[in-house]
Amino acid sequence: MSLALGTVPDPDTEADQAVDKEADMAKSIDVSDVNIYYGDFLAVEGVNMTIKARSVTAFIGPSGCGKSTFLRSLNRMHEVIPGARVEGKIVVDGQDLYEPGVDPVTVRRQIGMVFQRPNPFPTMSIYENVLAGMRLNAKKMSKSDADGIVERSLRGANLWNEVKDRLDKPGAGLSGGQQQRLCIARAIAVQPDVLLMDEPCSALDPISTSAIEDLIHELKTEFTIVIVTHNMQQAARVSDETGFFNLKATGEPGHLVEFNPTSKMFANPDDPATEAYISGRFG
Amino acid sequence: MTTTPPTQDLDHSAADLLPPDPTQPQGQLPRTAPLIVGVAAVAAGALVGLILGSGLAVMVVLAWAVYAVAYPTWSAAVENRRKATDRLVTVLVWTAFGLAMIPLVSLILTVVIKGSRAISWHFLTSDQTGRALIEGTGGIFHALVGSMMVTVIAAVIAIPIGVLTAVWLVEYGKGSRLASVITFLVDVMTGIPSIVAGLFALAFFQIVLSDPLPRLAIGGGVALSLLMIPTVIRSVEEMLKLVPDDLREASYALGVPKWRTIVKVVLPTAVAGIVTGVTLSIARVAGETAPLLLIVGTAYTTNWNPFDGALATLPTFIYSALARTGNPQYGAAWSDQVWGAALVLIVIVMTLNVVARVIGAVFAPKAGR
Ligand SMILES: Nc1ncnc2c1ncn2[C@@H]1O[C@H](COP(=O)(O)OP(=O)(O)OP(=O)(O)O)[C@@H](O)[C@H]1O
Ligand SMILES: [Mg+2]
Repeated sequence: MSLALGTVPDPDTEADQAVDKEADMAKSIDVSDVNIYYGDFLAVEGVNMTIKARSVTAFIGPSGCGKSTFLRSLNRMHEVIPGARVEGKIVVDGQDLYEPGVDPVTVRRQIGMVFQRPNPFPTMSIYENVLAGMRLNAKKMSKSDADGIVERSLRGANLWNEVKDRLDKPGAGLSGGQQQRLCIARAIAVQPDVLLMDEPCSALDPISTSAIEDLIHELKTEFTIVIVTHNMQQAARVSDETGFFNLKATGEPGHLVEFNPTSKMFANPDDPATEAYISGRFG
Repeated sequence: MTTTPPTQDLDHSAADLLPPDPTQPQGQLPRTAPLIVGVAAVAAGALVGLILGSGLAVMVVLAWAVYAVAYPTWSAAVENRRKATDRLVTVLVWTAFGLAMIPLVSLILTVVIKGSRAISWHFLTSDQTGRALIEGTGGIFHALVGSMMVTVIAAVIAIPIGVLTAVWLVEYGKGSRLASVITFLVDVMTGIPSIVAGLFALAFFQIVLSDPLPRLAIGGGVALSLLMIPTVIRSVEEMLKLVPDDLREASYALGVPKWRTIVKVVLPTAVAGIVTGVTLSIARVAGETAPLLLIVGTAYTTNWNPFDGALATLPTFIYSALARTGNPQYGAAWSDQVWGAALVLIVIVMTLNVVARVIGAVFAPKAGR
């Protein structure tokens, strides 16, 4: 299955571009002592980790342990919920995201997100949905540039062939799986440095899922990718590093139990709880 | 369902899935049963009515009673209790519906029949200049202009205030103290009697213009906008709440600031409901009379100046023309005028309602392929 992003350039220029990208794209994320609250409720406690640039990091763990919550704190989406707040440091490219002067809007432009439930804009066509990141920010561009971005992004999300004849139809008219790929196309259209994905494949069939996994492999040459998944095989297949979140007990906050290279995590994890979870003995 | 032949009435097919109850009859009424019972009931009602020499009303009630008893009873005899109850409730629901329709249909028929006599090109395009106090042969042009002017002014004041307040309440003030205070005040405002809104406008312009008896279209617009604002806020608020948070988050996650998200995602998604709600609120105030009598008065000539002078509106025209229907010589002509103006008013309000629905359908987010 070919997932080339747009037309394949010749190897030389591709290599050059990759070097350029290295300079300005793909950032590592340093997380230290992060506590995340919903009002007074401490949902996630004491997370420390380093998410490497140009790699795929997977978060696994039982339902309700705070994977989504932690993921959303990485691009300051957590705080859009009234009363929600984050303590601690999340440093991207030398810049603490939670320092007072930092504009969350700028953070979100660099750190894109794909949600668990597909959420295309119902008032927009497929074409406009892909361009939403630019259009909503009133970014000017020529028709041919726009066409190029739409095609490249839709090809990237493995949706191009299914929708190329009906780009002007509403995005909400697609199937659930197609909508999710549309959302991925929309997120990669703005060329973020980091892409956060919250169970992006939970609504997809195995073929689309493997297409997305291939896509993740391709994207990690340019982007830093963080993915939440309930699918162990998926975590094992796509990720370079894995973080296992768990609840100490019901009612206690979630915490990061173990963070290791995926190969180690699935072969001989440090923590017995990780092994129990991965081998399916609980969760 | 496999046992149900496709021609059979779907309403009754569920019963076929239940195991047959040996204590219950298992028949099925013919499809024409309602018609048969209906004819029989009408005949019975007419017959008894004729024998007793009573009027049409008694006959109708009798026929209805016969139908309401006979139809479920027949069903109970041939079918089973569940179906009989179903048929009884069906009869009661249709009865309630019919009763509710009677005043509406009778009102519309009366206004259309009596009003259409007065409607003519002349009636719509001339005012009452020079004819006012006597024969009642003028038209309602001045009232149309006045109604339009006052309503437009009210809409221009109320829509921006209402929409912006609702946006603030839903998007910014959610859960804050100020928001609950404002919501409470809006509820209070909803309950303001319309004449009090008129009094407010009157007092306000008495002070502003230091005129003991201000008469101006703007004043009418202010009074009506007071009545419109709470309904606009309420309906827009409901529509904005219906926009899923998923969409706001999708927009934020693309690095779109909050105000752009509101303007380009939230409002367009809710626009159908917003426009419908706003149009309905316009339709509601278009028929207001009391506050307009206080602040715009009545007039016989067309007044195009919104800043000065009394003017007529359709409801106030109806009110003042009604006072002349007692005239022994010209009363009948004035009566025609009243019905004609009422018909025009109803047509305008209904048109606004239809427009609201059409706009709602046109702007609704499309999910089709
Ligand atoms: N909007 C919210 N307000 C209050 N508490 C919340 C909110 N969203 C999540 N929580 C709580 O935060 C905790 C972590 O939830 P979160 O959604 O991050 O779990 P998760 O690991 O993503 O689970 P899943 O695998 O089911 O998606 C849970 O206890 C949850 O009840
Ligand atoms: Mg989750």
